[in-house]
Amino acid sequence: MTAKLSCRHVWKLFGEGAKAFLADTPSPDAAALSARNLVGAVRDVNLDVADGEIFVIMGLSGSGKSTLVRCLSRLIEPTAGEILFNGENLLAADEKRMIEIRRHRMGMVFQHFALLPHLSVLDNVAFPLSIQGKDRAGREARAREMIDLVGLTGREAFFPRQLSGGQQQRVGIARSLAVEPELWFLDEPFSALDPLIRREMQDEFVRLQSKLKKTIVFITHDFDEAIRLADRIAIMKDGEIVQTGTPEDLVLNPATDYVREFTRDVAKAKVVSVGSLMKPGDASGRPPVAATARISEAARLFDGGETLAVVDATGTPVGRLERRDVADLMLRG
Amino acid sequence: MSLPAIEARRPIAPRMATGSVSLPWLIALALFALLWLAPVPKWIDVYPKAWEIPAARWISTAMKWLVNEATFGLFTFTEFTRFLASIIEAPYRLAMSLLATGFLSGQGSSAVQVAPPLSWIAVIGIVALMGHAAGGRALALLAAACFAFILVFGQWQSAMATLASVLVAVPIGVAGGMLLGIAAYRHPRFERALTPVLDVMQTVPAFAYLVPILFLFGFGPTAAILATVIYALPPMARITALALRQVAPEIRDLGRMVGATRRQMTWRVLVPSARDSLMVGVNQVIMLSLNMVIIASMIGAGGLGFDVLAALRRLDIGAGLEAGLAIVALAVALDRLSQAFAQRDFAAARAGASWPARYPHAAAAAALVAATYLLGFVLPAIRTWPEAWEISTGAFLSDVVKWININFFDTFEAVKNAILLNLLIPFKRLLGDLPWLGVTGLIAVAGWRLGGVRLMATVAILSFLIAATGQWEKAMVTVYLCGISVLFAALIGIPIGILAAENDRVWRAVSLIIDTLQTLPSFVYLMPVVMLFRVGDFSAMIAVVAYAVVPAIRYTVLGLTRVDPRVIEAGRAMGATRGQILSRIRLKLALPEILLGINQTIMFALSMLVITALVGTRDLGQEVYIALTKADTGRGLVAGLAVAAIAIVADRLISAGAARTRARLGLADTGGPAS
Repeated sequence: MTAKLSCRHVWKLFGEGAKAFLADTPSPDAAALSARNLVGAVRDVNLDVADGEIFVIMGLSGSGKSTLVRCLSRLIEPTAGEILFNGENLLAADEKRMIEIRRHRMGMVFQHFALLPHLSVLDNVAFPLSIQGKDRAGREARAREMIDLVGLTGREAFFPRQLSGGQQQRVGIARSLAVEPELWFLDEPFSALDPLIRREMQDEFVRLQSKLKKTIVFITHDFDEAIRLADRIAIMKDGEIVQTGTPEDLVLNPATDYVREFTRDVAKAKVVSVGSLMKPGDASGRPPVAATARISEAARLFDGGETLAVVDATGTPVGRLERRDVADLMLRG
Repeated sequence: MSLPAIEARRPIAPRMATGSVSLPWLIALALFALLWLAPVPKWIDVYPKAWEIPAARWISTAMKWLVNEATFGLFTFTEFTRFLASIIEAPYRLAMSLLATGFLSGQGSSAVQVAPPLSWIAVIGIVALMGHAAGGRALALLAAACFAFILVFGQWQSAMATLASVLVAVPIGVAGGMLLGIAAYRHPRFERALTPVLDVMQTVPAFAYLVPILFLFGFGPTAAILATVIYALPPMARITALALRQVAPEIRDLGRMVGATRRQMTWRVLVPSARDSLMVGVNQVIMLSLNMVIIASMIGAGGLGFDVLAALRRLDIGAGLEAGLAIVALAVALDRLSQAFAQRDFAAARAGASWPARYPHAAAAAALVAATYLLGFVLPAIRTWPEAWEISTGAFLSDVVKWININFFDTFEAVKNAILLNLLIPFKRLLGDLPWLGVTGLIAVAGWRLGGVRLMATVAILSFLIAATGQWEKAMVTVYLCGISVLFAALIGIPIGILAAENDRVWRAVSLIIDTLQTLPSFVYLMPVVMLFRVGDFSAMIAVVAYAVVPAIRYTVLGLTRVDPRVIEAGRAMGATRGQILSRIRLKLALPEILLGINQTIMFALSMLVITALVGTRDLGQEVYIALTKADTGRGLVAGLAVAAIAIVADRLISAGAARTRARLGLADTGGPAS
C-alpha cells in the first residue's frame, strides 16, 4: 500500500501557549490539557491514506473531524506533527508552495456548498481555474466538461439560489474536480441534504469514483454513510482516532465500547464478507459463492440447502458457508 | 447615528443578592441630596473657572500651528490640505458642469458656455431608466415623478447642485469606507485603533466638525464635500468590516483551497460574497451624504440646503417649504433607487449579443443624452425648462401658513405656553440647580452598578471632562432639551409601536411613514416647526421629537414581534387574555429591545438638537453654531466633544442596562437593526 497522504503525530490545540506547552509535554492527556485551559481538537492523530482509496473519517459533532481535515490541507495550522503528501511535509512548505499545491493538487467539497452567490454555475465551476489565471476559453471548456460529468448540462447560466440543495452540491463537486485534484477532500458533503437526495448523491458519488479513482478523504457524522462508501474508516472521539479499519473490521472487531455502540444497529449481513464467516471444509457440489461477497448476497443463494461452497477469485474452493451461521449473524442484526 | 452594542456583548457580572442591590443606591442618593440641598462649598455646586482646562485654547493653537508650521518633511500640512481639496475639486467641477452650469470656458462673468449641461429630459430619463433597470416600471415612474416635481416647482438648478455634491461625495465615501473596513478586517490592531475614532466621529454632531474643516479648507463646495465624506464614511467602514467578518467560514476556506492570494481572497471571494450587506452600506452613505450636503450649506455647499438656510434666515416660510419639499423628493428618489439596486438579483448577461442588446438601459440612456443634446440646438425648451412653465407655490404656501397662524395662533400659543411654563422651564431650572459633583457621582454609581468598575471610570471621566472644560451649564441645557424630547418621543413612539406590533395593517401604514421620515435630511424638520411655533426651545423640542420618534417605534415593534411565539402560545394555553399576554409576557420580554430603542432615540435626539441651534436654543448646539460663524475651531470642537461625551455616557449606561435585563431574562444577545 503506497500512502498518498500520511499524518504523523498531528496535534491541534486551541488556547494560549499551546505550542510551547506541547514542546515541553510531548503527549499530554486530557486532564493535563484542561489544567492548562487548552482544548485538544486533534490529539496525536496518525493515519495513512492509500492511492485511490476512499478514506472516511467518522465522528460526532465536536469530535475534531472537521478540524482534522482542515489540518490536512493546512487551512488550519496544526500545533505539531507532520503531514506528508506524496512524501513532502506540508507543514514545512511556505505559503507560495501551499498555494501551488492547493491550486493544482487538492479539491474540496463543503457541507454548505460554499458557492459564490454572484457567479453563475459555469463561473462557479470555472472559479478555481480563473484564480489560477487560466484563459476564459480554456477554463470554460473544462468547466462545461465537469458540469456534464455531474449531470447539470443546460443549467450553466443559472445562479446558485435558483438551484435545489442537491443541484448546488453537484456544482460544488464539479468545481472541486475542475482542477483535476490528486487528493479530494469532502467535508460532510451530503449532511445538509434531505435523506432521499442524500441517498441519490451517495450513489452518484460511487459512480463518479468508479470513473475517476481519486484519493479521497471523506468526512461524515453518519455511520451508515461511512459504511456505504468507505474502503477504510477512522472513528474519531474527543480529537483522537479510536479505531481505523475496513467497515467489516469495525463491525466484527470493534476496539472499544464506543465503536461497538455505532456498529450495533448496522445490518451486519450487508457489511460482513463471506470470507470472514466461512469455515474450513469442503462443500463441493453445492452452489459456489465468492469469498469477497457480502453475506446478504450469499443468503439468496442457499436455495433450500444448508451450505455453500466458498471460492476465491480464481474459482478455487477455499471453504464452506453454513446456513446456520448466516442465520445467526442476521438475527443478531 | 448608531453606536455598536459592544458594551452589550460583555459578559455580565453575577447579580448580587437582591437585598444588597438597592443599598449602594440609597447611600448615593442620600449623599447626592446632601450635596444639593445642604450648604456646601461653592466649588461643589459650580465648577470653578480657575480650575478649567483651557482645551478650547489648546485646540485653536494646535490648529494654527498645523496651518502655519506643520510639515511632514516632504510637504507641509497646508500643501496636504490643498492636495485633498484638488482631488475633490476636479470631479466636483465635472459633475456641476454636467448637471447644472454647463461646460464653461474663461473666468467669472466673461465665461462662455462651451457645451450646455444635460437636458432635464436626459436627467429625468436616466433616473427613470435606472429605476426600470433596478426595480421595474413602478420604480421608474416614482423616480421620474420625483425629479419632475423638482423641475416643475423651479428647484432644478439648486437640486442639481446638491445632486452634484452627492455624486462626488458618495464614491469617495464608499471607497474610503470600504478600504478602512477591509484594513480593519485584516488587521485587528488597526481595528482596535479605528473603532473609538469611528465612535467619536459618529457621536460628535455634524456641526462640530464643520468648524475645523471651515478653518482648514475655507468656505465653499470643496470643504462641504469633504465634511460630507467624513460624516458619511464611518458607517461604511463599520459595515464593511462586519460584512466581511460575516462571510461564511466555508467561503473563506474555499478561497484558500483554490489557492487564492490575499488580494484575490479580498476582491474575488470576500467582497462579492458580502455584496448584499455592502449595498446596505452604500445606501446609508448616499442618505447620510444627502443629509450632510444640506447641513454643509453652512460652509458653502450651495444647492437646496442653502435655499432652506437662506429662507430660514429671512423667515420666508414659502420659499423654505418649497426647497424643503424638493429635498424630500430628492431623498425619496435616491433612497428607493439605491435600495432597489441593493436588492436586485444577479441577472445572467446575454453573452454574444451586441453591446446595446446586452445593456439596453445604458444604450437607451446614451441615445437619450445624444438626442436631447442635438435637439437642444433647435428647441431651447429642451435644454432648459422655461421659467414661464414653472409653478411657484411659494406665495401660496406662505398664505396657507398665514391662514393657519391667523386662525389657530391662540390655540398653538396656549399649548406652547402651557408646556413651556409647566414642564420645560421647571425641568430646565431643576437641572441647572444640580451640583456638578453630585451628578458626576450619581452617574459613576450608575456605571458601577450596571457594568462594573471600567464602565464607572469611563462615564465618570467623561462627565468630569464636561465640567472641567467649562461646558457644564450648557451641557445641562442640552440634557434638559434632550431628556424632555426623548420623554415625549417615547410616550408617542412606544404606544404606536405596541399598536403596530399588534396589528399588521397599522404596521404597514406606520412603516411607510417612518421609512419616509428616516430618509428626510434633518434640516427639513425645521421648516414646519418654525412656521407654526416660531423660534425657541419649544420649536426645537417638536423638531427633535419628530426626528427621534422613529427608533422608539421601530425597536418597540422589533422587540414585541421577536418574542418567542412558543412563550405566547404557552400564555394563551394558560388562559391569559390579549391584554395580559401583552403586559405580562410580551412587554416584559421586549424590554431590552425597547431600552435599546430609547438609546437610539437619545442618539437621534442629540444629533438633531445641535441642528435646532438654528431656531434659537441656548445649549451646546448653539455654542457650536456660534463657533461656526466665527470659525473658532477650539470652541466648536470642545462643545461638539461635550455633546459626544453626553451621547457616549447615555449609550454605555443604557446598553449595559439592556444587557443586564437581557441576561436576567435569559435571552440571547441579538442586537438591534442598523437604523
